[in-house]
Amino acid sequence: MAEYEAVIGLETHIQLNTASKIFCSCKADSWDDGPNTNICPVCTGLPGVLPVTNKAVVEKATLLAAAMHADIPEESFFDRKNYFYPDLPKGYQISQYDMTLANGGYLDVPMPEGESRRVSIHKLHIEEDAGKTVHEKGRRLIDFNRCGVPLIEMVTNPDLHSADEAAQYLIRLRQLLRWLDVSEADMEKGHLRADANVSIRLKGEDVLNTKTEIKNVNSIEAVRAAIEKEIKRQTKAYEEGERIEAWTLNWDDNTQTLHKMRSKETEADYRYFREPDLLSVKIDDAWKDAILSGLPELPLERRQRFMADYELPEYDADILTGERALSEYFESAVKAYEGDAKRVSNWVMNDVLRIINETGTTPDALKLTPDYLAETIKLVDANTVNTSTGKTLLEKVENSDKSPGDIVKEEGLAQVSDTGAIREIVEGIIADNPDEVAKFKDGNQQLMGWFVGQVMQKTRGQADPKVASLLLNELLSE
Amino acid sequence: MGDFTNLTLIEARDALRQGDFSSRQLTQAYLDRITAIDKGIKAYLTVLSDEVLQAADEADRRLQAGEELPLLGVPLAIKDLLTIEGVRTTCASRILENFDPAYTATAVQRLLDAGAIVLGKTNMDEFAMGSSTENSAYQTTHNPWDVERVPGGTSGGSAAAVAARLAPAALGTDTGGSVRQPASFCGVTGLKPTYGRISRYGLIAFGSSLDSVGPIGHTAEDVALLFSLMAGHDPRDATSMDKTVPDMQLTETNSIKGLRVGVPKEYFIKGIQPEVESAVRAAIAELEAQGAEIVEVSLPHTQYAVPVYYIIAPAEASANLARFDGVRYGLRVESDDYIDMFKQTRGQGFGPEVKRRIMLGTYALSAGYYDAYYGQAQKVRRLIQDDFIQAFEQVDVIATPVAPTTAFRIGEHSDDPLEMYLQDIFTLPGSLAGVPGLAFPVGFDENNLPIGMQLIGPHFGEAKLFEAAHVYQQATDWHQQQPQLNISK
Repeated sequence: MAEYEAVIGLETHIQLNTASKIFCSCKADSWDDGPNTNICPVCTGLPGVLPVTNKAVVEKATLLAAAMHADIPEESFFDRKNYFYPDLPKGYQISQYDMTLANGGYLDVPMPEGESRRVSIHKLHIEEDAGKTVHEKGRRLIDFNRCGVPLIEMVTNPDLHSADEAAQYLIRLRQLLRWLDVSEADMEKGHLRADANVSIRLKGEDVLNTKTEIKNVNSIEAVRAAIEKEIKRQTKAYEEGERIEAWTLNWDDNTQTLHKMRSKETEADYRYFREPDLLSVKIDDAWKDAILSGLPELPLERRQRFMADYELPEYDADILTGERALSEYFESAVKAYEGDAKRVSNWVMNDVLRIINETGTTPDALKLTPDYLAETIKLVDANTVNTSTGKTLLEKVENSDKSPGDIVKEEGLAQVSDTGAIREIVEGIIADNPDEVAKFKDGNQQLMGWFVGQVMQKTRGQADPKVASLLLNELLSE
Repeated sequence: MGDFTNLTLIEARDALRQGDFSSRQLTQAYLDRITAIDKGIKAYLTVLSDEVLQAADEADRRLQAGEELPLLGVPLAIKDLLTIEGVRTTCASRILENFDPAYTATAVQRLLDAGAIVLGKTNMDEFAMGSSTENSAYQTTHNPWDVERVPGGTSGGSAAAVAARLAPAALGTDTGGSVRQPASFCGVTGLKPTYGRISRYGLIAFGSSLDSVGPIGHTAEDVALLFSLMAGHDPRDATSMDKTVPDMQLTETNSIKGLRVGVPKEYFIKGIQPEVESAVRAAIAELEAQGAEIVEVSLPHTQYAVPVYYIIAPAEASANLARFDGVRYGLRVESDDYIDMFKQTRGQGFGPEVKRRIMLGTYALSAGYYDAYYGQAQKVRRLIQDDFIQAFEQVDVIATPVAPTTAFRIGEHSDDPLEMYLQDIFTLPGSLAGVPGLAFPVGFDENNLPIGMQLIGPHFGEAKLFEAAHVYQQATDWHQQQPQLNISK
């Protein structure tokens, strides 16, 4: 059987997380609001009103373009994309056509097998969203809240070759969008939407065969599943000598199946022309510098640096750079700790992440600051508290406004490593438990754990277990 | 009581300030005159009788309190293309028959803020497409100088209202000549300002890159006052410019000594009505007599203005008018299928000229035709702009006829769109270039129909136009002539 290769491009629409819409001052995000509550004459296309560009949209889009390594020309233009649809109030969408905010660009996506794939960008521009049509009992209901919500349309070249690669691209894109704070990037909420263009070819060939377009995939899992299904369908069709037609396919997540929406043999004529109501977008050097001063080290760069500078395993680096705030938390803690970064990584990945998950907070909002984490690890290192007390201490810090040191003092949590004090307790336990002592001496070495437990119980966990073990060994062998 | 309606805007304003009569008296005089004669002129689509009297009473209270706003208590007429909150705005189209906007056009708002009150909304060609006001879905406005003739268009209602003294002044809009040509036909003074000078917010768009709000009055002084109150940047119109408006002092002492007046040879062509040419040449001679220097200039791409305009404006209109789909407001013809609803609504809601231009514009933007039509037109538009920029290196203002003829008969061109389009031959180049043009009366033809001259200035050069027209009006009395209305009452 011949070997096939999938050729996949992703067309994404990214909802920017600006406070207001792209051309009016209505609230941009309506997830929690009822239909037609965030609307005004501008975004509902009433006659006589005019759009005015929201600068924050240009700034966020420029930031993303820079992070995608795209060229950002000094001047770009808005264009009208004309088509009739009930939820498109002006009868045209204000978009960008031939002179867009950015040109080119790419994202290097690490793949599970270890190598990374460069996904190049075919198109990146800003535009307004249209409304939302809901069909109900034979009626067509329109919610105009979404009209004028700022979007970036970003289209990749067909550089992806499997469903998994497509999913990895979206995972990395979502990470980047949140990292830059340009979008909430929640696919379930439609902040990040992806359509997949899929075709197949014989491995080794360089042709682009007829593609199908998959729509309505609302999660990364759905993207992966839908593309996999479509590759299988096309492969089977190809094997059976059928022609692949340029269909638009709709993914049904409930039944995990693809349905043909329409044939797409002819291109729609959108009659693009320059939007005369808006001036061009001019980003001079001063403005660009100001925008790019907010461009942080990118997640994949930081991931590499964590591996190189802190000698972290790839697994740790990947998790710690999953979110910008977490990576910053980690790095601050490493600085404060001034010791083995891997040790900090363990504490962050095991304990800090658990606290974050349990409390639903974010790394930058923790009362357990990076400094307090470092202080706690140092207390454990110095045997002032043992490891399990250290872990409890983290939660106590998070539930108070106090430093780990203060809590240790106030609650008397400091570990007893005073040999004299522990020796007294050990002697008492030996005296009180002659049966267990006899069994131990008969060779039941497993009882050592029970003896240590008794010591810890008597000292309310503050005894240094190492010291307790040493003394027990010494006194029980007498 | 004298006839207050014979006063200019500024005369009326000053009389109100001096307490010669009240705003209510003035307003009532206009309302009475509208009741008496507008059935013969049909300048107004909506008369706000109750609202304007209420506003007049409020203005009288403020006048009594000694307030000195520039237009306090002065009634105006507003073209029905400009929105006023809560006032039906139709654009003279069936598709907006019952549209009450929730917002007021910035230009209108600035006049209201200056104390003006609104008599009503005036007739126009549907969506400002036409040159005669015959394309209104509701009524044809008649020229007060000869009711068998058109008032010009598209601001024909506003120009006729001023000429017939149904308002002391009015607002129109000008996309390709829609203030200047009706001003010329009706013997009044009208300005198309520099593109971007006055906010377009609340102006229901026809050709967005050309549309301008323009005042119409009896004198350059009146028009200059309205202009200066409306001009300036508006945060709600991204294309409105942040240019300071000069403080114009139009008095008896203004002089145009040394003013360089350009006369473009391309504007005095075959086909122009001889009386129009001779009246305009006489007016130019008068400017020379007043000390101006007359210079022949060339605007070589003038002949392309008509085809360029009739590609660009309809192309923009085809998109601007797409919003009238019956979904949210205005006319809706119900159908089970939304595409069919669009077709029926637009098919029944728009008149023939609007449909013609939507089709022209859609065609010009279509794949495969864009480069040859819209793309090419944009390039030629740039050449036309360059013509003016070069000419204004030699001269301060340019003097031309406004239209090739005086007012034509109702129905004379309505079967021939091309003849109608040629009406704008002298106003379109300035519109495409975005430069200001001021039309004012300079004579009459043998049928006692007014003839207008246009002074064109460089971008943001309105002050020079007002000065020159004011000096001319100080020396002549064409602008003071009044039509003898033969209307059965």
